[in-house]
Amino acid sequence: MSTEKKEKEPLFSPANVKLLTKPLNLNNPITVQVLGICSALAVTVKLKPALVMTLAVIAVTGISNLVISLLRNGIPPRIRIIVQLVVIATMVILVDQILKAFVYDVSKQLSVFVGLIITNCIIMGRLEAFAMANKPWPALLDGIGNGLGYGLILITVAFFRELFGSGTLFDYRIVPEAFYNFGYENNGLMILPPMALITVGVIIWVQRYYNRELIENK
Amino acid sequence: MQEIFNIFIKSIFVDNMVFAYFLGMCSYLAVSKTVKTSVGLGIAVVFVLGITVPVDYLLNEYILKPGAMSWIDPGFKDLDLSFLSFIIFIAVIASMVQLVEMVVEKFSPALYNSLGIFLPLIAVNCAILGGSLFMQQREYQSLGQATAFGLGSGIGWLLAIVAIAAIREKIRYSNVPPALRGIGITFIITGLMGIAFMSFLGIKL
Repeated sequence: MSTEKKEKEPLFSPANVKLLTKPLNLNNPITVQVLGICSALAVTVKLKPALVMTLAVIAVTGISNLVISLLRNGIPPRIRIIVQLVVIATMVILVDQILKAFVYDVSKQLSVFVGLIITNCIIMGRLEAFAMANKPWPALLDGIGNGLGYGLILITVAFFRELFGSGTLFDYRIVPEAFYNFGYENNGLMILPPMALITVGVIIWVQRYYNRELIENK
Repeated sequence: MQEIFNIFIKSIFVDNMVFAYFLGMCSYLAVSKTVKTSVGLGIAVVFVLGITVPVDYLLNEYILKPGAMSWIDPGFKDLDLSFLSFIIFIAVIASMVQLVEMVVEKFSPALYNSLGIFLPLIAVNCAILGGSLFMQQREYQSLGQATAFGLGSGIGWLLAIVAIAAIREKIRYSNVPPALRGIGITFIITGLMGIAFMSFLGIKL
């Protein structure tokens, strides 16, 4: 331990703000780090479950990052995975119970995918890569940032799928009735699972087109 | 017997873990660069799913379900421990993976060398936990059905990862738009494979 006193960093210093904003684009958990796709795609048929899922994941990543970061000096490295899993599982149980209590219908729609937040690789990945080596406050920001980055993709995908698949947004009809009278049809394919994958593929395409440094070498 | 066979076939093709529920996508995307490693991981998943789903079935049936503890004492018939299922399932999975790893290391060093690095990865594979949660949600009636579902889901996952790995090995020689290279094109191909797999939806079982 060094005795010299470090100058106190302001809470929202540029480095800390970067932790929050970088996962939105250049270090996005889904399109760049390729983590957490498992539970991401299945809940994107409609905007509402996608939004609820986003909030749940932000809560779990943020809080478990904070908890692990507080505990980081007391966790023996050999059993760290189990410790992390227990912390995450506890958070997820809390979130699941809260969802069941307040938004029961959405919680039914999400079905097993709330439970699958436990094995969401974003959370494990951020705990391993960030929370184990950083102070609590940056860890909390990093967790929230990654949750937001995850949510951004989730909501974009859900937006397109709900708009073209059902002609609604948040269950409100967006496509006017007149369109249907002229023979416009909802694209049923957008509701089916494979289109979620293709939508994410297209998002990755657009994102990398504008951020050339993300392009993978052969 | 008929019922068990139906569940087995259905979980391989119709309710395929990857194409219908996107489970286990992280390792599916990360490890599918060559066919050889993907076969190793796939077999490990079949192995672990085939063990954890029946074990979790027993736990769910005799401890977690509402009223499941009444075999100990009739007074427990109102007890509902199902809120504990996430933490119990994940604990079973983590310890089973450890156990499988040790057993395989002891009895078949050759298999261990080929599976070795993948086994710890499996503990956080969503397909494994997803298997147990689906088993709980769909309320399978017997141990046989749960086992068939576990094995079938594992085999479905193996099928998917080996297929995508084979395609990715070939696609290295094609001229993909630069921004789609790597992960982007893999997503789109998986989507197309998913559409192909939807043709199995018509099977009446």
